[in-house]
Amino acid sequence: MSAAWAAVLVGAAGCWLLKVLGLSVPARWLARPRVAAVAALLPVALLAALVAVQTAATSTAEGPALALDARLAGLGAAALLLLVRAPFLVVVVGGAATAALLRLA
Amino acid sequence: MSAPGHEHHDEHHDEHHDGHRDGNRGANRDERRAVVRAGLAVGLATGTYGVSFGAVAVTSGLSVLQTCLLSLLMFTGASQFALVGVLGAGGGAVAAAATALLLGTRNTLYGLRLAPLLGVRGWRRAAAAHLVIDESTAVATAPASRGHERTGFLVTGVSVLVLWNAFTLVGALAGTALAGSPWADPRTLGLDAAVGAAFLALLWPRLTSTTTRLVALAGAAVALGLVPVTLAGVPVLAAGGVALLVGALVRPASLGSEGRS
Repeated sequence: MSAAWAAVLVGAAGCWLLKVLGLSVPARWLARPRVAAVAALLPVALLAALVAVQTAATSTAEGPALALDARLAGLGAAALLLLVRAPFLVVVVGGAATAALLRLA
Repeated sequence: MSAPGHEHHDEHHDEHHDGHRDGNRGANRDERRAVVRAGLAVGLATGTYGVSFGAVAVTSGLSVLQTCLLSLLMFTGASQFALVGVLGAGGGAVAAAATALLLGTRNTLYGLRLAPLLGVRGWRRAAAAHLVIDESTAVATAPASRGHERTGFLVTGVSVLVLWNAFTLVGALAGTALAGSPWADPRTLGLDAAVGAAFLALLWPRLTSTTTRLVALAGAAVALGLVPVTLAGVPVLAAGGVALLVGALVRPASLGSEGRS
């Protein structure tokens, strides 16, 4: 089984189990402040890291490295669109189009 | 369907809600209709961006089948984008699945909130769990959904499920059709920038307090610092450590309203 299949199937099964867990455990779990704090902050830290890595990481012959390119402009455009409360799809397409146009230029 | 004479009491019915039990059946039906409409609107808005996931997933190297199975079985957008992003960057299966799972933990939190509202057991709970996502939770727990939480949850969850999967297929087929052409390089269409934009859009509504903004900055900094010195996938997982550290140290009150957008 390829790495992609393993990630897809294990990831999908695990994500469903996490959902079932939430519907099944006693509600007082949430009352623990530390649990609530970590659970609220985890997506923030991970999504921010994904934004950064997706925008600035690149693979070279020597391995992964940081690079500044058209993706950063795309991210800037996305941020501007979010500031004016554009819908999700507009933000994504706007970010992509900005990077694509910059590469054409 | 026809909605005769819908008055604007969607948002402001709270004060009347517990008052009169009789004679408000019509109002109750209108409230329910408003919840259904909200759920369908959210489903449409969210489902359509499945097209961006489908396109990004196949250009990251997944097959159309793998892409569609992710939307059908994993069915939680941020985790799907993360899994594809890590695999596309050359990360291994463990790092990809682990990142998806860590992002999926917030659905556990949603489940805790939803459990008393839904009151489902057995196979119904197993099925309902599949629909526990950002959007269904947001509609079900909105003040305007009071008394109609199950309706809000089901309508939103099912409409997102159907449309998200349909549009994932559209995006995956479009991405595949481009293969072999100059457009096959994801950079030509800026699809590599689209992934970052998607993550930013998912992050944005969570940046509601100073603490969350600082955690976001620290998470990004940790990840960037580790990119040149670790395997793909590790920087993102390591950023999760920032959340553990801050969550263990910070006063929960400084997180803002319930920590959810």
